[in-house]
Amino acid sequence: MNTVSDLGARRTQVAAALQQVLPARAVLSAQEDTRPYECDGLAAYRQLPLIVVLPDSEEQVIAVLKVCRELNVPLVPRGAGTGLSGGAMPVADGVVLSTARLNRIVRMDAFSRTAVVQPGVRNLAISEAAAQHGLYYAPDPSSQIACTIGGNVAENSGGVHCLKYGLTVHNVLRVRMITIDGEVVELGSDALDAPGLDLLSVFIGSEGMLGIVTEVTVKLVPKPATARVIMASFDEVVKGCHAVAALIAAGIIPAGLEMMDQTSSRMVEPFVKAGYDTDAAAILLCEADGTVEEVEEEIARMTAVLNTAGAIAIAVSQSETERLKFWSGRKNAFPAAGRISPDYYCMDGTIPRKRLGEVLAGIAAMETKYGLRCANVFHAGDGNLHPLILFNANIPDEFHRAEAFGAEILALCVEVGGTITGEHGVGIEKIDSMCVQFKPAELEVFFSVKRSFDPPGLLNPDKAIPTLNRCAEFGKMRVSGGALPFSNLPRF
Amino acid sequence: MTVYDDFAARIRTTQTPLRIRGGGTKDWYGQALHGDVLDTRVNSGIVSYEPTELVITARCGTPLAEIESLLAQHHQMLAFEPPRYAASTIGGVVASALSGPRRASAGAVRDFVLGAVLMDGRGEILRFGGQVMKNVAGYDVSRLLAGSLGTLGLILEVSLKVLPVPLREASLRFEMSEIDALRRLNEWAGQPLPISASCWHQGVLSLRLSGADAAVVAAQRRLGGQVLDDGEAAAFWASLRDQTHAYFAGGSLWRMSVPSHASAIVLHGEQLIEWGGAQRWLKLAEDGVDRASAIRRSAAAAGGHATLFRGGDKSVGVFHPLAPAVAAIHKRLKQSFDPNGIFNPGRMYAN
Repeated sequence: MNTVSDLGARRTQVAAALQQVLPARAVLSAQEDTRPYECDGLAAYRQLPLIVVLPDSEEQVIAVLKVCRELNVPLVPRGAGTGLSGGAMPVADGVVLSTARLNRIVRMDAFSRTAVVQPGVRNLAISEAAAQHGLYYAPDPSSQIACTIGGNVAENSGGVHCLKYGLTVHNVLRVRMITIDGEVVELGSDALDAPGLDLLSVFIGSEGMLGIVTEVTVKLVPKPATARVIMASFDEVVKGCHAVAALIAAGIIPAGLEMMDQTSSRMVEPFVKAGYDTDAAAILLCEADGTVEEVEEEIARMTAVLNTAGAIAIAVSQSETERLKFWSGRKNAFPAAGRISPDYYCMDGTIPRKRLGEVLAGIAAMETKYGLRCANVFHAGDGNLHPLILFNANIPDEFHRAEAFGAEILALCVEVGGTITGEHGVGIEKIDSMCVQFKPAELEVFFSVKRSFDPPGLLNPDKAIPTLNRCAEFGKMRVSGGALPFSNLPRF
Repeated sequence: MTVYDDFAARIRTTQTPLRIRGGGTKDWYGQALHGDVLDTRVNSGIVSYEPTELVITARCGTPLAEIESLLAQHHQMLAFEPPRYAASTIGGVVASALSGPRRASAGAVRDFVLGAVLMDGRGEILRFGGQVMKNVAGYDVSRLLAGSLGTLGLILEVSLKVLPVPLREASLRFEMSEIDALRRLNEWAGQPLPISASCWHQGVLSLRLSGADAAVVAAQRRLGGQVLDDGEAAAFWASLRDQTHAYFAGGSLWRMSVPSHASAIVLHGEQLIEWGGAQRWLKLAEDGVDRASAIRRSAAAAGGHATLFRGGDKSVGVFHPLAPAVAAIHKRLKQSFDPNGIFNPGRMYAN
């Protein structure tokens, strides 16, 4: 299946089979139609798919899966394509299933505080529809205006409020999905648990490799009456970190807790004029939400802790406008990076917070080593670090250096007891770094989980879990006792 | 030889199934017990505890009481409030995934599992997840272990997220019919009220409020009801959490897990309702196959499922039957983790 003419013949064959079961407009096979699907938010990796399908009902999804199963065609699901790890990157001889037309809010029920939605519904659209009942859907990834709930389920998305309100896995009650055999499976339930193994928790975050989602029941929670944010400045990053630890030790779980280093604040301040102290080594944003009295009480406690921890300046938002202004710098870190640098590469490691100082020192050393600048924004409450590596793809070798820089940051995250991805997923981007974090026997368990749901291995193949051969080539294989277990097993 | 070497050697050479057992406080839970006991209590101890990172890591045989007393020194807690049976170990807490009164507001055991070290059926030591809140590298196998009843492998170590103990708590009591209680609980849950536990039993609804001083005081003023004395309130919620409340004695006990908004379920027997309406206990003086299928039908019709929690005739199946496609996935997962079928065979579903 390597030559162009082989692919052409295959395209004709698969398109014909899909057109039997889908309306003509739901099957795209001309290059000009499939081109928009060649990459997701990780635009450095591109691949034209064989065909794109846009089903608009569960029956059509089932029909697509049956065709793929029968003809042995790989299938890559895709939501809004905002993912940052290449999880929705097509495969050359495979079909992309877009959920764009599965975009109905099936049911919105204030009394049970749940919404039943199709996978292509946008994250923010759920909260907008729930607002009339004083409710909202808590996980708020920064792409929430565009990203879909199906993609959130695939990636176990978080957001700036997840320390207090949890990730996707904590806010989804039920997923209805179709297996590669075209069977309908319900995971979880409208109750708080379901019988048997907790398959829902392994399905969430599985990057579209275990089944195709057709419906999701999400929990809705009461919208807090008000929120206020503290902006605190520190003359040393480590002091900012200690302040975060002191807040937690005082029994406070802030609704949002974000830190930016000086490179980041200097990058965003001219752009958004959020009022950040660009002389400070670190800016900490610390939010309280709830009733007016509750927020007042919590802001007072937070302020006291931050002062004791050595904040050199503290400002508390006095209005909703000011709260949004304080946040605007953090929320615009990525666009600001795009403004000062032709290209940037966003990393997503998570570390135990107490190791932040040494990780930032390590990153500073890498800036010299790779000759590239790096700005750091940090979900300080949960240890999720987003280094933004600035580079220019037009300069030969810079992208390659940025990638190597990123991989070294992730290796450092693992070394200090963290993980290579907190919320963006592995996809295709970090697949080699998986070899650093997991040993062969653990990777083998992931493959067996995959096989348990998808025996033929057709769903989003070659993502997230590296084959042992790939790890060997990458040269980072964690070999125990010099022996490669299961070295001759077939891999997806 | 380390403890882990001993476990691995036993797993690799055993000719009989193994029954993974900590304090043995939940031997009554689940389907039949098979195999020779593999006692996890030799693998005990807190590996690390970082109050400011909100994470504790402990070996499976560590007594729950030891963990809770350390957390209490730092004003932190296991927010899912697992039942404190005398000799419970943390491995059993995770494997059984029983959560207490705070479950509806704080989350279940699985929601707090951050990572685990597992020994699979080949005696291989495997690490999944970690000690950080956010981690999407690889499938979330560690959460899958919560409630797996030891059927996938031996949990060697587990990392759990912990939370601060609320600054203030207050408990209220209302005389209320079951129908009214269910309606009010669902209405209140849709409002920004700090309700952290609820119980309806014999015409009385009890509520616990937890949170910042201002939040609890304001909610108390709004909701009214009779305020419970602090000592009495603590004893009451503990008796539900640990199932020492008189309701839990005698008879056979079913647990119906249903959507909180499901209307009152009419069945013979005495009910006690927790979790804002989402957990409904049913106590029967006598049971039988007919009774079991009626209970399962009612729970399923309400959108949930029913477990024969304690006592009764287990031949009806302790856990709700699985849909065939889900059962097939279970079977393949079991085969992957435990190819020789040695761990707790038949504890969840008859093989």
